[in-house]
Amino acid sequence: MSLTRRIIPCLDVTNNRVVKGTKFLNLKDAGDAVELARFYDENGADELIFLDITASSDKRKILIDLVEKTGEQVFIPFTVGGGLRTVKDIKEILRAGADKITLNTAAVQNPELIKDSAYIFGSQCIVIAIDAKRNYVKKLYNDNSKVFVEIEDGYCWWEVYIHGGRTPTGKDALLWGEEVTKLGSGEIMLTSMDCDGTKTGYDLELTRVFSERLNVPIIASGGAGTPQHIIDVFKYGKADAALAASIFHYNEYPIEVVKQECDNAGIPMRL
Amino acid sequence: MVFNIAIIDYEMGNLKSIHKCLKHLNVTSSVTSDPKAILNADGVILPGVGAFGDAMRHLDEKDLISVIHQVVNNGTPLFGICLGLQLLFTSSSEMGAFAGLNLIEGEVVLFDIEKVGKVPHIGWNSVKIQNYNQFIIQGIPDNSYFYFVHSYYSLPENEENILGLTKYGNVNFCSITSKDNIFATQFHPEKSSKHGIKIYQNFIDFCKK
Repeated sequence: MSLTRRIIPCLDVTNNRVVKGTKFLNLKDAGDAVELARFYDENGADELIFLDITASSDKRKILIDLVEKTGEQVFIPFTVGGGLRTVKDIKEILRAGADKITLNTAAVQNPELIKDSAYIFGSQCIVIAIDAKRNYVKKLYNDNSKVFVEIEDGYCWWEVYIHGGRTPTGKDALLWGEEVTKLGSGEIMLTSMDCDGTKTGYDLELTRVFSERLNVPIIASGGAGTPQHIIDVFKYGKADAALAASIFHYNEYPIEVVKQECDNAGIPMRL
Repeated sequence: MVFNIAIIDYEMGNLKSIHKCLKHLNVTSSVTSDPKAILNADGVILPGVGAFGDAMRHLDEKDLISVIHQVVNNGTPLFGICLGLQLLFTSSSEMGAFAGLNLIEGEVVLFDIEKVGKVPHIGWNSVKIQNYNQFIIQGIPDNSYFYFVHSYYSLPENEENILGLTKYGNVNFCSITSKDNIFATQFHPEKSSKHGIKIYQNFIDFCKK
């Protein structure tokens, strides 16, 4: 018996509705975020993440309402992110009942926000989301601002993107990961932009270098299409948690099935 | 009077999730720092997320240290959660050295990163029950999983105060403690799905006895 690896369904929401389609015939309203969250709790999800893709401050009240309602019915930890920019934004979401919040663009633009919020609310509730994309390098060159990692056919470094993956920053993702850890981030939610949406598996190299170099838990994200992908990201990527959306939402693989397969593969799971 | 649980509010952590969990069990609870309300309650919960020193300072500023001692002396059931467990002990070495409530003899120490790999200890881990005679863990299967978030853990001086043990890396630590009318969990029952809710139900039933 030991600390288990975690399976985390991710719900993209806008106006309290899950926007990436869902296909649960046994739910009264498959698009209702709270109801889906409850369904996942009952079916063995270890945590949940809500990402508000509207992410505008005028809609913040709707998000807070969602957090309140979720807290009344869901008794596993849940994280909320999307458009949070200030200590006040974070405070509102935590007060409403979220266990953790994620910061992405705002953290890159204002790293002090990580430090301030970790100091006020504790590192355990500050999750930094990093969207990383590979830059391939044929020949190594001298550049201390990048970490080159050997991959199958050469080398690459990972670049941080912000604004929902639209804007490259020139920042090295791994060095940014080290910086956010020092500033007080309690966990890192690491999304591979190369793999996201492909359903061909996680970026195992990316996940592994983060897991090996940083001493905070790494939540791997982007690319899950089968239970084997999740097994791989735990075994070879050394992830602490695996995040997935569509394979759960469309009920292609129920959470219990994924967890059982991980357990069969020798990965500690809460069954 | 209506059965009521007081959740001590001393500005540390997410009290709402405990309140909501009790509401889910149809139990009235009040989130309060009023000594009278705390002393009149049928059961008292000491929650907490954050730093030990800050927590003791807040309790002191609100004159709640003696109130908590009085709760225990009156025989009212007290339930500590996470930091609320740690505060029950004699002292902590968290960022300095701080005196705790000293309701249970023992120390609170930081996980040795060499022995556990990553700190904080975040996630679901199992609890090996040491003594099934206690009411609080009735109906909880041995090695059930609960949700943990913490960097420090308690070292009770007396083995009889250890009700559950959890293994993290190479450290076997006390995850449930009890002494007379005091119970505490290092994990968050309100975030531990059905087994966690069962622990709250047990506490409520104990308070009603």
